[in-house]
Amino acid sequence: MLTRGRFKPWIGRSMLPRVDAPTIFVAPGRTRPAAGRGLHRFANPGRFLRLSGALLPWLAAGGALLTATGLVWGLFFSPADWQQGDAVRIMYVHVPAAWLASAGYFALALCSAIALVWRHPLADLAAAEIGPVGAGFTAICLATGSIWGRPMWGAWWVWDARLTSVLVLFFLYLGHIALVRAFDNPERGYRAGAILALVGVVNLPIIKFSVDWWNTLHQPASISLMGAPTMALSMLWPLPFSAIGCTLVFAALVLARTRAAVMERRIRTLLMATAERAAASEAA
Amino acid sequence: MTHLPYIAASYALAVLIPAAYALAAVARLRTAKRRLAALEPRRRVPQQPVGGMPGR
Repeated sequence: MLTRGRFKPWIGRSMLPRVDAPTIFVAPGRTRPAAGRGLHRFANPGRFLRLSGALLPWLAAGGALLTATGLVWGLFFSPADWQQGDAVRIMYVHVPAAWLASAGYFALALCSAIALVWRHPLADLAAAEIGPVGAGFTAICLATGSIWGRPMWGAWWVWDARLTSVLVLFFLYLGHIALVRAFDNPERGYRAGAILALVGVVNLPIIKFSVDWWNTLHQPASISLMGAPTMALSMLWPLPFSAIGCTLVFAALVLARTRAAVMERRIRTLLMATAERAAASEAA
Repeated sequence: MTHLPYIAASYALAVLIPAAYALAAVARLRTAKRRLAALEPRRRVPQQPVGGMPGR
């Protein structure tokens, strides 16, 4: 029986009542892989909701503040480029979106790997919720790049290696979103989506190195870990603010959506249990 | 050639899309909380008797 007042949304996953959340995902007769035990501490939905509830306001407020600082600084106080003029200010929204498009997909693939290997239930839900947010930021990256390209290159779009590989990333996100929601049984959808996400990881190095491997219209990286930046510091300073701010906003969005998904799963489980009880009483 | 419309369009997209996601997430969270509260009302914490042991 479901215990009223206690929060165990994972029960519906294996339909084994009164089992602690961290152990509920292990098939009967199997032991959980040792490496996953640390992660499964966070599989308890009550603990996740408590931690995420405490973290979410800070992430959202910090992200909004840093993003606003970076964008206002970039828009009004950083110098214009001698060649590009004011169009260089598009960089302060385009670069963070491009970074998050790739980083978001990496996080999606990581969650998918954790879900496939250790059957971590929150990883399934997080992967499903990262997809739409990542697609949104990839769309921002593509759109702002296209808007920048019109005055600078004279074309909204060119079939350049960097642009095309990011477009493929966008389609991978869309494919993941569609695949996860394409099955009546959510578990099958999560599994199929996870496999697609892992296959799609091959696109990330292609995006990163496309400007080095091919002769592209898109400029190579202006900032690298090993060398000095190839742009003036006065133009560079707003960029970390908007990049870190957008990253925090991305994390806050994913966390809020995952919290909602946890609650929705609990609702589904309760409704299914109620329907099963009604069916059993009718049969009796 | 002024670049202002291009810059304005880029910044508008960068603000509006995450804002739409945030509004959708807040609405989804509120709906889920409301439905969950309706399905699973929290147990009332029993009143402690005077002089009783606090906690569990």
